[in-house]
Amino acid sequence: MIKKFIGKRVMRNEDPRLLTGQAQFVDDVEIPGMLHAAFLRSDYAHARLLSIDVSAARQHPGVVAVFTAEDMGDDWFPGPPLVSPPPTAKDVTFHSRRQVPLVKDKVRHAGEAIAVVIAESRYIAEDAVEDILVEFEPLEAVVDLEKALEVNSVLVHDDLESNLAAQMFQQKGDYEAARQQADLVIQRRIVIERGAAAAMENRGIVAHWDAKSQHLTIWDTTQAPIPIRNGTAARLGLSEHQVRVIAPFIGGGFGPKIMMFYAEELVIPWAAKKLNRPVKWIEDRRENFYATTQERGQVHDVEIALSRDGHILGLKDNFLHDTGAYDPYGLTIPLNTQSHDMGGYDIKNYSSEFKVVFTNKTIVTPVRGAGRPQGIFVIERMMDAAAKELGMDAVEIRKRNLIPPEAFPYEHKIIDQAFAPLIFDSGNYKAVVDKALDMIGYDKFVKEEQPHLRVDGKYVGIAIAPFVETTGVGPYEGARVTVEASGKINVATGIGTQGQGHFTSFAQIVAEQLGVEVNDVRIVTGDTTEFHWGTGTFASRGAVVAGNAVHAASSIVRKKILKLASKVLEAPEDELELEDGQVRVADIPQKSVSLGELAVLANPLRGAVEPGTEPGLESTAYFGPQYGATAFGTHAMILEVDPETMMIKIRRYVTVEDCGTVLNPLILEGQIHGGVSMGLGNAYYEKLHFDENGQLLNASFADYLVVSATEMPRIEVGHLETRSTLNELGAKGVGEAGAIPVPALFAQALENAFHDRKLEILEMPLSPNRLFELLNEEKSR
Amino acid sequence: METTLQNVFDLAVTVNGTRYEQAVEPRILLSDFLRHDLGLTGTHVGCEHGVCGACTVLLDGEPVRSCLMFAVQAHGREVTTVEGLGTIDHLHPIQEAFQEAHGLQCGFCTPGILTTVKVFLEQNPNPSEEEIREALSGNLCRCTGYQHIVDAVQLAAEKMRK
Amino acid sequence: MKPAPFEYHAPTTTEEALSLLAEHGYDAKILAGGQSLIPMMNFRLVQPAILVDLNNIPDLAYINPGDDGGLRLGSMTRHHQVETSPLVAERAPLIHETMPKIAYPQVRSRGTFGGSISHADPSAELVALSVALDGNFRLRNRDGERWTPAREFFVGLFTTVLEPNELLVEASLPPMPPHSGWSLKEVARRPHDFALIGVAAVVTLDEKGLCQQARMVLISAGDVPMVAHKAVELLKGQAPTAEAIKAAAEVAATEDIDPSSDIHATAEFRRHLANVLSRRALEQAFQRAAENK
Repeated sequence: MIKKFIGKRVMRNEDPRLLTGQAQFVDDVEIPGMLHAAFLRSDYAHARLLSIDVSAARQHPGVVAVFTAEDMGDDWFPGPPLVSPPPTAKDVTFHSRRQVPLVKDKVRHAGEAIAVVIAESRYIAEDAVEDILVEFEPLEAVVDLEKALEVNSVLVHDDLESNLAAQMFQQKGDYEAARQQADLVIQRRIVIERGAAAAMENRGIVAHWDAKSQHLTIWDTTQAPIPIRNGTAARLGLSEHQVRVIAPFIGGGFGPKIMMFYAEELVIPWAAKKLNRPVKWIEDRRENFYATTQERGQVHDVEIALSRDGHILGLKDNFLHDTGAYDPYGLTIPLNTQSHDMGGYDIKNYSSEFKVVFTNKTIVTPVRGAGRPQGIFVIERMMDAAAKELGMDAVEIRKRNLIPPEAFPYEHKIIDQAFAPLIFDSGNYKAVVDKALDMIGYDKFVKEEQPHLRVDGKYVGIAIAPFVETTGVGPYEGARVTVEASGKINVATGIGTQGQGHFTSFAQIVAEQLGVEVNDVRIVTGDTTEFHWGTGTFASRGAVVAGNAVHAASSIVRKKILKLASKVLEAPEDELELEDGQVRVADIPQKSVSLGELAVLANPLRGAVEPGTEPGLESTAYFGPQYGATAFGTHAMILEVDPETMMIKIRRYVTVEDCGTVLNPLILEGQIHGGVSMGLGNAYYEKLHFDENGQLLNASFADYLVVSATEMPRIEVGHLETRSTLNELGAKGVGEAGAIPVPALFAQALENAFHDRKLEILEMPLSPNRLFELLNEEKSR
Repeated sequence: METTLQNVFDLAVTVNGTRYEQAVEPRILLSDFLRHDLGLTGTHVGCEHGVCGACTVLLDGEPVRSCLMFAVQAHGREVTTVEGLGTIDHLHPIQEAFQEAHGLQCGFCTPGILTTVKVFLEQNPNPSEEEIREALSGNLCRCTGYQHIVDAVQLAAEKMRK
Repeated sequence: MKPAPFEYHAPTTTEEALSLLAEHGYDAKILAGGQSLIPMMNFRLVQPAILVDLNNIPDLAYINPGDDGGLRLGSMTRHHQVETSPLVAERAPLIHETMPKIAYPQVRSRGTFGGSISHADPSAELVALSVALDGNFRLRNRDGERWTPAREFFVGLFTTVLEPNELLVEASLPPMPPHSGWSLKEVARRPHDFALIGVAAVVTLDEKGLCQQARMVLISAGDVPMVAHKAVELLKGQAPTAEAIKAAAEVAATEDIDPSSDIHATAEFRRHLANVLSRRALEQAFQRAAENK
């Protein structure tokens, strides 16, 4: 029997090293003679830089260099745009303003880097940072999204006419006509605030310029090593082959580690080359709160038009999106919000305009979810408002509007984050919702349990929230699969890995194709010397895009193995089996040859080969999807709230996920659990509090509340599999899914719990304090 | 560098059974000393203000934040880091359980969790889920949502009772 | 986030520590468990010139029975020792019950009783408990010692009556009289965070079941542990009925405290929580007192 590995709960190959402290992270890199960097960062969110005096810092014992923007001379220029700007089209405005290595004229957010000290130790570098004298002219800070667009607002970028960074309008059908037909039109304003990605590992870079070999090696906590390599080479005037970028083990990514060309990524390699010494910079947690990108801030003015029987006739959503001080990531997030505004519902008429706004806050780029949680929050809040207005059951109104199975591929007639048409490839949405209802025991709870609980004075609510997740977007990834003389398989791919288990899930794909054990497959990710084409790990695309490239390359290697083995064993290819690292003739198992022997035969040292022969059992293949695969899921929750203290307890939590073919259920469940914990943070715990001066008031883990083990409920995970039609594996992404519907679900459950109050939640995240205020407002209405 | 090495202290400490003697500046955090002076980089640093728990090590068998201690304070004491549990070829039962139950993803918080759990299970060999979650309250993990960690601790408890 | 340089001293006796304090005064900072001080040093919010580390003075770490039936705690006794001490469980059940709620296991194995008290954070449980239990502190300097009641020890935000040359060496907690009950109720964003509001109550009933004595102290309700004097006055000599408790809780929340607003809670929400938790704490304390005959 051929062993099947895809879909199995295979233990991870990478774990023993991680569990014993033997896995290398960026801060573990030690090089003789290495120096340590610390940055002077602005305390002001908005200020003109009048002068910098670094003379005392340069005199500080142990300091090797202090650099400012001026010291960088002609090497000072802003980072490249990370995402291509949108196509020039009617209804699109886009002003590209990118982050700078060190501030030259004006500080645009608190924590922006002004100077760097490079010293014998990080301790000394931090001492010397305190010796730098800076003269600022403080300016009024642009913080509030709506005020930022007022005509008399101060400007984040003085050369622009306003703080409008971008504007775009999309529509489908005719919303205004649909509105005329509607029995019910509901309008709401929804406010969404910022959170942090808060990966446990902060960012870090080690850069080592070897003058003798003219070679630059960079260890970087990036999700996208290849673009970093290419961009760094271009900036420093080096060939791409003179630069090697290694993304070793990374302690969590969640989006911000793909903000290509952070200021530090521009400065540290430059400084290492200039000083001809290895330089290390490790971000500390305080810096992480100011200098690592954040997400979620949006203000929506939404309108939904419905028929009396609960069918959605149209949706209109005009919203503002906070991009922070710069907009290197283009329109990805607001386009994602538009792509998820309609959820998994069949909505024929849609109209949406967004405005992207510059503010004096940390740069915004995708954080796990990337605009999707906002879209789902908006539509699900409107569904609940509609259900209440119409006196309908919350489940019934949702089921009535789901996209039916026969409608796939479902074309939305708007464009997605890749500027490609938004198309949902496949799905069976109602089945997923039904499974979630069944798992949580919806009917029984509502009919039998909840009435008793209410009689006992308990506030216990139930909720159900379906959602879509666009995943696995292009452009492409590649992989090289090689059979080595040992019979073991080496696989290289260009993406980085931050805990998603790629060392195992990719090995499962290869092991199944080539008839070897999973731990005979060695996976290399994130090293540009090993593989140098690709983009990175983002948008829930690793398993889909790189996974399919691995699949394609191993299919070709399998063909090569069979072709060669057929000659060696003198048997037709279709009678051969790959098993246990051997190729065998099906009916004559003693007639076999090992993969290692074949690898040696495929790479002869002497003699002649046929013209056109490629050496080795190796193949490099690429995969680029036509468009992204769209997953679907539904979460359900039973939530108890203490109406006096606003403290909550989640009694049950159910997720049902349809992300196509499951490669490894163990890893998949882990991804969902983690996503839900971040989603719960976005719902009730995690908010970045900026004051009116643009100062972050909770830049520490003591005050920024990452969900801990005591708040997390046990999650019950169910699966359905509707294969994607867009790739051979049939896979869809799942990396962000867990986080997407949680705030919407949480709000619904709270409203359901406060059955005797007219509570309406139109903001995320909520907090005990805000819940208390909302209940007081309701009381006084 | 002499000018900055004011008040240098001769430190003698036993780490994972090996005795080290080294001069250190008093302000050097134990976490930095372990990682950068001794090269024991398994201990990770996530916040340096005592909340995330990634840097948890055992000081004379008790779990402590190594970012909230100066290395000099470990003078004459015994420190156990994740490198002192099992090896790649001979994992400690807790490490085995974490692999089997998928109790880690990026693995950054894991060393601090393993050291915390080691002491916890010594003191409470048959814990309830609630007790496990309490024991983990000082260790943040952003990847797993804690569920597989809790499962791993339960599995480890089983293994260690045998 | 690395601390600035400092001069380090690690005395091995209390006398040695006291003479270092006498010598350096305001320039010196005492390092006990370090679980509050070292984070502040790592953020460089505090940059002491001299650190006097008490961790090598074994004489300061003990839990002893008091002659009065109460407890004597050395200031360098770790939270974990207090948490697991049978003597504490027997003689100060309120403290025993509270210990697991203080931060996390790793902090409790390092943090000290005296360190928490001397830091005088109005959000710290032990600060409030020492007042609720009517504790006394022994303060020493090179030349002598004095005793100060806990209720007079805390004078402002992170401020105590300790002189720069003085050290808190011991806490004495008297026994609770018979017919006493106790309670600590807290609300925190996450269970192990500092409380948004906490209430510690200790009550004693007379033979008739009327309230003979009551002390209630609120956590995170002002610059110091806030003693609910007015609320308690309402209860004395009264039967602890639901109405009496409700009225007292109301007074505690409106008249006895002075909470401020921060990112986690407004003063209004804190007063609301103070009302709810005062009621719940008094209810539990009186119920326990009734059971403890």
